[in-house]
Amino acid sequence: MERAAVLGRLTWLLAEVVEILPETPRVKSLVFSVPGWPGHRPGQHVDVRLTAEDGYQAQRSYSVAAPADGERVVLTVERLEDGEVSPFLVDELAVGDRIELRGPIGGYFVWDGADGGPLHLVAGGSGVVPLAAMLRHRAGLEQAGPAALLYSARAEGDLIYREELDRLADEDDALAVAYTLTREQPPDWTGYDRRIDGEMLSEVFGSPDPAATTFVCGPTRFVEVAADGLVGLGYEASRVRTERFGPSGR
Amino acid sequence: MAFVTRGFRGRRDPDDDGGRIPPGQYRTEDFPVLSAGPTPHTPVEEWSFTIVSESGEEAARWSWDDFQALPSETVTVDIHCVTKWSKLDTTWEGVSVDTLLAEVEADAAYITAFSDGGYTTNLPLEDVTDGKAWVAYGYDGEPLDPEHGGPARLLVPHLYFWKSAKWVRGLRLMDDDEPGFWESLGYHLYGDPWREQRYWGD
Repeated sequence: MERAAVLGRLTWLLAEVVEILPETPRVKSLVFSVPGWPGHRPGQHVDVRLTAEDGYQAQRSYSVAAPADGERVVLTVERLEDGEVSPFLVDELAVGDRIELRGPIGGYFVWDGADGGPLHLVAGGSGVVPLAAMLRHRAGLEQAGPAALLYSARAEGDLIYREELDRLADEDDALAVAYTLTREQPPDWTGYDRRIDGEMLSEVFGSPDPAATTFVCGPTRFVEVAADGLVGLGYEASRVRTERFGPSGR
Repeated sequence: MAFVTRGFRGRRDPDDDGGRIPPGQYRTEDFPVLSAGPTPHTPVEEWSFTIVSESGEEAARWSWDDFQALPSETVTVDIHCVTKWSKLDTTWEGVSVDTLLAEVEADAAYITAFSDGGYTTNLPLEDVTDGKAWVAYGYDGEPLDPEHGGPARLLVPHLYFWKSAKWVRGLRLMDDDEPGFWESLGYHLYGDPWREQRYWGD
């Protein structure tokens, strides 16, 4: 297990919105400038704190979408219809506004390519965000092992970073990107059209490679199925790292 | 001094039940799941619970059937996850850690709980004794789901919920406070939600 990820106290830092990138109708990437930002590793997240005029505060955690780049921190946020914080971040926050954030947080769901082994990524919905940070980091490495991403979304319009992911795969023979659309497929769709299963995992990732590290991120039910599926195919449980969000459904 | 974000009003919890939500937390009715890896599915026939002494010897061990035969308690408690959600009035069934430790000579200062899948977490002994902690195998009147830590998980509701180790298989008595899994990766050694001890240095 990796030790030592975060040193010292994580203080709240002021983060100013410098750019807003619409990703899908419900998702935006917010680019912040954060003076004093200590840097982060691909896969880590931050805590965001919003304070109202009367002092009321709300905190949430968001994955960082891009590798470390000085004071620049990119968060990709999906608007949850009944949410308290995400509708504000997605619909109301404007360039020039400031929020507080602290981090980086999490030293397990991280990948920096140091071990050179294959990288397997399984994303459900906005679970693609920390995995995109890993792929963006990998694209900047001089030498990188093979990588594959299996990305599940409801419909084509819900795929975040679609163009960039396709471009990364086009430019790199060692990177494979596969999509599955579970609810609605365009007429010319050539990707998968069902919920993730063992057969799909096996086709995308091949037979278990003991040197591979697999990261799975998505809603709870999705992660359970994907992680169980990988273990069922013979993947070592300790090489499968998961991050889940949302309710359990019970 | 916190910085006011333009236009943020927030959604006050109209039903905070008299200050039961710790700082920085929000109330949820769901039961979110967080774990670092795949969910282990240990059959109860292969399950046992062990207390390991400071010197590394097995001090006590229960099979699933033995464990079920121990006196159980049903408790209703509030739980607080470091990822910001709190859930009020959760009802659990399990065995008090006091009942388990009564079988051994426990004069250690700390414990490390260990789980299927390799997860560990550290706690002061005094935080798991005197009716403060359980090994729970039931939730809301049903057997505990594997994704929530079944067949059995530690339940230490007064600390952030990562201390309530899922899939727990035993407690190791410790003279010193050894950081567990998340505690080695930036999370607070103790984890009191009311003091907002989320990360190192909090």
